[in-house]
Amino acid sequence: MTESSMPRPGNVTTPLLSVKGLRTWFHTFGGIVKAVDGVSFDVAPGEIMGLVGESGGGKSMIGFSIMGLIDPPGRVEAGSIEFGGRDLARLGEDEMRSIRGKEIAMIFQDPMTALNPLYTIGNQIEETLALHTTLSARERREKAIEMLHKVGIPQPEQRLHHYPHQFSGGMRQRVVIAIAMIARPRLLIADEPTTALDVTIQAQLLRLMRQQVEESGTSLILITHDLAAVSQMADTIVVLYCGRIVERGPAGDIIARPRHPYTRGLIDSIPHETDIDGAKRRLSQIPGNVPDIRKLPPGCAFAPRCPRASGLCRMQDPVLSEREGTGDGQGPRRLHATACHHPLTVSP
Amino acid sequence: MFGYMIKRLIQMVVVLWAVSVLVFVMMSFTGDPTFMMVPLDATDEQIAQARRILGLDESHLVQYWRFLSNMAQGDFGRSFVFRQPALTLILERLPATLEIVFLAMALALLVAIPLGVYAGANPGKPASRAVMAGSLVGISLPGFWLGMVLIFIVAVKLQWLPSSGRGPTTEWFGLRVSFTSWEGFRHLILPAITLSIGTLAILMRIIRAEMVEVMKQDYIKFARAKGATAKGILFKHGLKNALIPLVTVFGLMLGDLIAFATLTETIFAWPGIGKLLVDSIYRGDRPVIVVYLMFVALMFVVVNFVVDVAYALIDPRIKIK
Repeated sequence: MTESSMPRPGNVTTPLLSVKGLRTWFHTFGGIVKAVDGVSFDVAPGEIMGLVGESGGGKSMIGFSIMGLIDPPGRVEAGSIEFGGRDLARLGEDEMRSIRGKEIAMIFQDPMTALNPLYTIGNQIEETLALHTTLSARERREKAIEMLHKVGIPQPEQRLHHYPHQFSGGMRQRVVIAIAMIARPRLLIADEPTTALDVTIQAQLLRLMRQQVEESGTSLILITHDLAAVSQMADTIVVLYCGRIVERGPAGDIIARPRHPYTRGLIDSIPHETDIDGAKRRLSQIPGNVPDIRKLPPGCAFAPRCPRASGLCRMQDPVLSEREGTGDGQGPRRLHATACHHPLTVSP
Repeated sequence: MFGYMIKRLIQMVVVLWAVSVLVFVMMSFTGDPTFMMVPLDATDEQIAQARRILGLDESHLVQYWRFLSNMAQGDFGRSFVFRQPALTLILERLPATLEIVFLAMALALLVAIPLGVYAGANPGKPASRAVMAGSLVGISLPGFWLGMVLIFIVAVKLQWLPSSGRGPTTEWFGLRVSFTSWEGFRHLILPAITLSIGTLAILMRIIRAEMVEVMKQDYIKFARAKGATAKGILFKHGLKNALIPLVTVFGLMLGDLIAFATLTETIFAWPGIGKLLVDSIYRGDRPVIVVYLMFVALMFVVVNFVVDVAYALIDPRIKIK
């Protein structure tokens, strides 16, 4: 069991965020796209949750649903998003606005486009404070400098006056993190925060993000297709396939003992640079592609690509069922759940 | 910046020279103005004398040379009709034109920006479709027709506003203007509305199209994720980005309105430079036409320069070099 999979806060605390039966559908000309279709999970205070899946799996839409930023033709059709005693799915725009940026912040995939090109980064950092606090202009400036310093921007006093185009991609993402974290949100949603960056910078930024959330006790939902990154950071992992959760549980448990063939496939496609015998191993891949989400096959959506699929899989939806997590911990959060008719039982 | 100014200045001189050639050649082929100056029963001798006085008896090349060298010395020629320096004539009437043009542009911006932003931010809504349909009407309406309809309804039937002329003017920093008095301002309203409609419609469509694009950008979504207000998202983050392409069009339209407010000025008997141009063309007052066209060319060069500076002011990524 890796250190990161240990639940840092207590098991019994009430969750900060509790998503139940969330359905976010898009009503398009081509039919209804069920981007998120009955997703439930909890995030405890201070927890880091990895939300993993291939592109088009509905990961980002979960983040946007929580933020209340789903635009037509999309809509949260059903389910609840409990956050701090309120159901975000039922809040009005004004109430949502006061939560966004203050209690829940979000980081986007591409730092090259997330910052407004016409304003200095100082202006954009201070905007968050201006919106959610009563700080004076000077205090805001001081806080912005302090925050830029924290995210590792050298000479923040001068850099404050610079425009986004004067920063590299990695530096911009640091600025974005600073903007997201400056109001000390209780939950940070990071949507593929390192995908658009150089590999060398990815690890740096993930470390920075982890450090930032740990320092302020913020919970983090890390949305990514990079299971390797998640396995190093997350306490819990939720694996999505075609808008549904296929596996959910403690990070270490999922990496060590995946039950769902899809999770297994994802893990096997992580490159291992250090095979003990130094032999070059062929990377395995999951055969086929993510199906068109508008025309999902009956039964398990993964069945067409699954080596273990049976006739049952093609007819009946598997239900997400919780089983005792093998090994550490107790209580509801330690459960390892899988939606599979033929889950893997033994793993190497 | 200094090098940029020099470059612009050289460019200006080249443009003006090219226009001077074009204008001079065109004028030389539009008939002999002498016959418009002399009495119908003038003798051949009188005609020849008139030609000599006007300097038309020499070859085109010599005429052009004299035209250029005079201009270089600040002499832009005298009006055949008014016996006054052509430049003075134009400058005297310029304030009248600027007045209705600026009012028209202000009106256009005041209406086009909110409507364009609204329609761009809510593309599917019925109200924004109505706005777009309205803008099509605005583009399609010919100015002279609109002017006459306005005169008929507002001035003749309702008798709310005067139908023509400039009304009382006051001296203001050495310029004769009418917006300073209520009666003068009343005279401004109808011509300004007539002039603004087409511009308003086009500006609005451009703002809408730009806003539709801008609102899809990540930084808008990021601003929303920060908790920015709807107003902040539309105007701080949205509109400023949408303005960049608008500035070019705005500059060109401003130049266009100043140079060619001709129709509107004619309908409302507005004593601006547009009306002067039309009158001068009727009278074959060649020096005035020439100076007018040179003036317009100069103005467009200046407007372009201002547009470039405005770009650099709005967008930090653009550096003036």
